[in-house]
Amino acid sequence: MALNNETIKTRLIEKFGDQVSNFDEPYGLLTFEAPKEMNLKVMQFLFDDEQLRFQFLTDLTAVHYPDKKDRELAVVYHLHNLVDNIRIRFKVFTDINKPDIYTATQLYSSANWMERETFDFFGVNFVGHPNLKRILNVDEMNYFPMLKQYPLEDQTRVDKDDAMFGR
Amino acid sequence: MSETISHHIKLPEGSIEKTTTTLNLGPTHPATHGVFQNILELDGERIVGAEQTVGYIHRAFEKLAERRPLYQITTLTDRLNYCSSPINNMGWHLTCEKLLGVKTPKRVDYLRIIIMELSRISDHLICNSVVGVDSGAYTGFLYVMQYRELIYEIYEEICGSRLTTNIGRIGGFERDFTNAAFEKLEKFLKEYPDVLKEFENLFSRNRIFMERTIGAGPISAERALNYGFTGPNLRAAGVDYDVRVHTPYSSYEDFDFEIPIGKTGDCYDRFLVRNQEMWQSLKLINEAYKKVQEFKGAEAEVFHADVPDYYLPTKPDVYTKMEALIWHFKIVMGETEIPPGEVYQSVEGGNGELGFYLISDGGRTPYRLHFRRPCFIYYQAYSELTKGSMLSDAIIVMSSLNLIAGEMDA
Repeated sequence: MALNNETIKTRLIEKFGDQVSNFDEPYGLLTFEAPKEMNLKVMQFLFDDEQLRFQFLTDLTAVHYPDKKDRELAVVYHLHNLVDNIRIRFKVFTDINKPDIYTATQLYSSANWMERETFDFFGVNFVGHPNLKRILNVDEMNYFPMLKQYPLEDQTRVDKDDAMFGR
Repeated sequence: MSETISHHIKLPEGSIEKTTTTLNLGPTHPATHGVFQNILELDGERIVGAEQTVGYIHRAFEKLAERRPLYQITTLTDRLNYCSSPINNMGWHLTCEKLLGVKTPKRVDYLRIIIMELSRISDHLICNSVVGVDSGAYTGFLYVMQYRELIYEIYEEICGSRLTTNIGRIGGFERDFTNAAFEKLEKFLKEYPDVLKEFENLFSRNRIFMERTIGAGPISAERALNYGFTGPNLRAAGVDYDVRVHTPYSSYEDFDFEIPIGKTGDCYDRFLVRNQEMWQSLKLINEAYKKVQEFKGAEAEVFHADVPDYYLPTKPDVYTKMEALIWHFKIVMGETEIPPGEVYQSVEGGNGELGFYLISDGGRTPYRLHFRRPCFIYYQAYSELTKGSMLSDAIIVMSSLNLIAGEMDA
């Protein structure tokens, strides 16, 4: 029997009850969230379960929502079951003042650099990561540039006299 | 005497007792084909450890994208994997079309397939011939370069540029393919098979090449999956995962083609898989071109979908019609509101699954855009691939992985 979104949802609710929530299917991709302490348990279950077999981590990143109190940072996992060819999106939200999330490196070796990148740009602290340091930015950087409080330079600024570049 | 030395030269702690040598390969080593740094730990000529440093050409694309209207982000995607920028461009257009719910006409899909497969050929061509260069065979590289040139000329006929193409628009192409483009395409389809055959003859059963590549940097299917390998590198390890088949886009489902796979995941298998994929791409282009020619009447003129909010109207219309002028202004000034939504779209890039994760909150620019860059993800495996091999293998493994610094560093 081919796996579909409905089955995955049922299996998850059977296992985790109301701890998995906010099920949605934007553009057909099953999306749900779990408390951040649960992220490894959920992923381990998705990985090991004989029916689900989400054993390929496609993508890992974060999103910053400065207006959502106590859940400013979302860490987003895109998982793929290559056997049944179905994808899901899994989110955990965290407080930006305590951005501790368990690392997925034990499950997926590929998570190593993706988590480093997420740390580098959003400051998500992946607990248990073997080598959590900046990857694309310089080591000396003391802020996390993808956060929304760091805007890009204002394109309409006039204090710069830059005749050569047409400002 | 020894006292004077220790007085003047401050050696790091423990460097006398150390039995291994640290070697910095890169960031600007001629053999690394890009800005890569590898800190190798060597015991004689054998590698005992490697640590990669990336990020030398980080250009903050994801941050920049948060302030750009959709059509301006295409130019950012050019600069990811610049060996096959049309695939990136198309991937981005497909992402936008998915978000906006745009349905593209079949002719557009087929034209896109022609372009994407051409760029896959040029990507694989560079990668494979560079593997040749790194094993000491320069001829192949020099020889196939003229056919990459021909591919670039085809791009040029279609969009006006060669490397960073910015080809296509949301909904289709900016203009129809010219006759010159089709003529060049025909020339390519006619001449290239012989060249590819000759290129294969030069390498595939070449004793020296085989000895250099067989067993260099192997990876098992299981490890490759765990490391997030995609594209030819994963298929060389024996997993038949291809985005074009698993989640077809741009009407790939209308075509019949094979996915070549390897077995051992070493440099030789990666080389063979890429070569076979070029044959498959040729087949796809031929089929797509035939389908394009079959369109009759008005259908044969179609080269874009009707998306006035995102597709620039023609210049004569802008000068003579009020609506067209308004659309033009809104698009150019980036004043079109993007419908809210969250979408993940991936395409089979030259070196793996290139994914776009786009979140829109209803503003004029994306709220968040993340690129899933295949070689950033699989480059992590490099230290595992090279551990225990010789120093010269480090180079060939790197080139056969098809690492593109622009894509890795975003």
